[in-house]
Amino acid sequence: MSERPMIDRYTWYETLGVYLGLLVFLSFVLAPFVEGFLVSLKPLEHLFSSPYRFWPEDGSFDAYFTMWEHVPLLGRYIVNSLFISTVITIVVVIIVVPAAYAFARFEFRGSGPLLGMFLAVNMFSGAVLLIPLYRLMRTLGLLNTYFAMIVPGVAFLIPTGIWLLRTYMLRIPRELEEAAWADGAGRLYTLRRVVLPIALPGIVVVAIATFIGAYAQQFIFALTFNSKSEYMPLAVGLFSFFGKERVVWNELMAASFAGILPVMIVFVFLQRYLVAGITAGAVKQ
Amino acid sequence: MTRSQSATLFAFALLAPALIYIAAIVAYPLADTFHLSFTDAALKKAVNWVGFANYQKMFRGNFAEVIVRTFVWTFFSVSFKMVIGTCAAVLLNASVPGKTLFRVLTLPPWIVPMAIGIFMWGWMYNGQFGMISGVLQNIGILDRPLPWLAFGGTAFWATIITDVWIGVPMVTIYMLAAIQSIPRDLYEAAWTDGAGRFYRFRRITLPMIRPSMVTMSMLSLIATFNSFDIIWILTQGGPNGATTTMIIDTYKVAIGSYKYGEGAARAVMICIFLSVFCFFYFKVINRFSRGETR
Repeated sequence: MSERPMIDRYTWYETLGVYLGLLVFLSFVLAPFVEGFLVSLKPLEHLFSSPYRFWPEDGSFDAYFTMWEHVPLLGRYIVNSLFISTVITIVVVIIVVPAAYAFARFEFRGSGPLLGMFLAVNMFSGAVLLIPLYRLMRTLGLLNTYFAMIVPGVAFLIPTGIWLLRTYMLRIPRELEEAAWADGAGRLYTLRRVVLPIALPGIVVVAIATFIGAYAQQFIFALTFNSKSEYMPLAVGLFSFFGKERVVWNELMAASFAGILPVMIVFVFLQRYLVAGITAGAVKQ
Repeated sequence: MTRSQSATLFAFALLAPALIYIAAIVAYPLADTFHLSFTDAALKKAVNWVGFANYQKMFRGNFAEVIVRTFVWTFFSVSFKMVIGTCAAVLLNASVPGKTLFRVLTLPPWIVPMAIGIFMWGWMYNGQFGMISGVLQNIGILDRPLPWLAFGGTAFWATIITDVWIGVPMVTIYMLAAIQSIPRDLYEAAWTDGAGRFYRFRRITLPMIRPSMVTMSMLSLIATFNSFDIIWILTQGGPNGATTTMIIDTYKVAIGSYKYGEGAARAVMICIFLSVFCFFYFKVINRFSRGETR
């Protein structure tokens, strides 16, 4: 579209109003990141000084180097976070793909209520089920292992995954599958060779959403089910910067940005698909 | 075996991994929570049936206060998220240069690890050195440092604001999608008839996105009611219990004091409230979907 249709033209004060509104909104959304980044540049003694100064006068990237010495396990925490999220994503995709296909294509008795049941899982956060989960993990001998964080993490990401992928699969025309069946292909063969390749973009969206969710929400299980530093994800490991007397805020913020980086890379490259996929799953019911 | 029977069998085979997983990691623990709530389970080995003793003990304490606080906290957080998110969605829908970039910039609070975002807020709320107290002093609104998390009143609102910050991107993107799914001819017809922008918003946009607003409010309500990380990292339910919601209370009793039985009774109360929310949610959804077909 080279020329904007009349209906989309704004008067100057309408345009100004939109930009002002967005400025206020985005300031709220982005302020913590700006402040966090500036804090990571300030030397600690400047941080703990009054009056408050927004801009770092003798800012440097020192904290980004000293943090690795101060908390030697920091690298390990970030790797743990990535590892836990990756394993969760793989398991969720393996479980979700067949389940979503079943809900999208087969009309069996009780499929509606069953789907509702899966979605109801979203109601219960990990916090509500913490006590029995703790006992379960203890019985299975999984406390203080990676599995203590992976096993419950998977459960709470399955329902959204099923929902997103089912919506995607509902939009795939049935004709291809029917043609495959007519040619005598088995159901499993059809799923593997016909459905999966077409559904791949949807599966990718589910995988990204799951990975981001798993990376963002690893706190309560890690806090409760694991006390070994070598398995801690970043969210819990960051507490290492909370010293006895003071919090090393500049290094804490620097480490936070190091931890944000991997998920930001994933996001920047794939946000287009993610937003489209999630909103399609959300609105068209 | 008929064709439809074999199809059903195949469907259940496909569902089996998901079903078994959820049964083991969600359904069984849920049942176990109900069971534990009637016992005196704790760190010790022996577990005795105590009937409703945990519930009686809970209500003799300050539990009613915790319930009220949880509802007030949740109400304000969800309301702010919905109002801010819907307004932002309307603004992001305007076809002005840079809108794609603005949409992407909305998302970071939702993408980054929650704990990291919360740490950043924790610093901003710092009284001596944090940004909020500092800026308000510089422009003369505050005359001395205000440590937001140190007082019950301010800590309550501080945790709400952080919760809004984390939840608002999802609401915004969802509402934006709802606005964009409104057929464009509606606007064009109204525009041809000379309807102004505000009139079109009030008479077309608002009624059309109402179902999505209800859905999102409900989803947001459930998520907010369960909010744990934010309060735990910022205040651990303090100062003096001012931010102790039901989830935090459950955690403190069960995991903090190892009183599994009493903690389970609190978790059961949360489940009951959530089920009531869900019941209303499905009622509302049904009403809307019937309205659509009529």
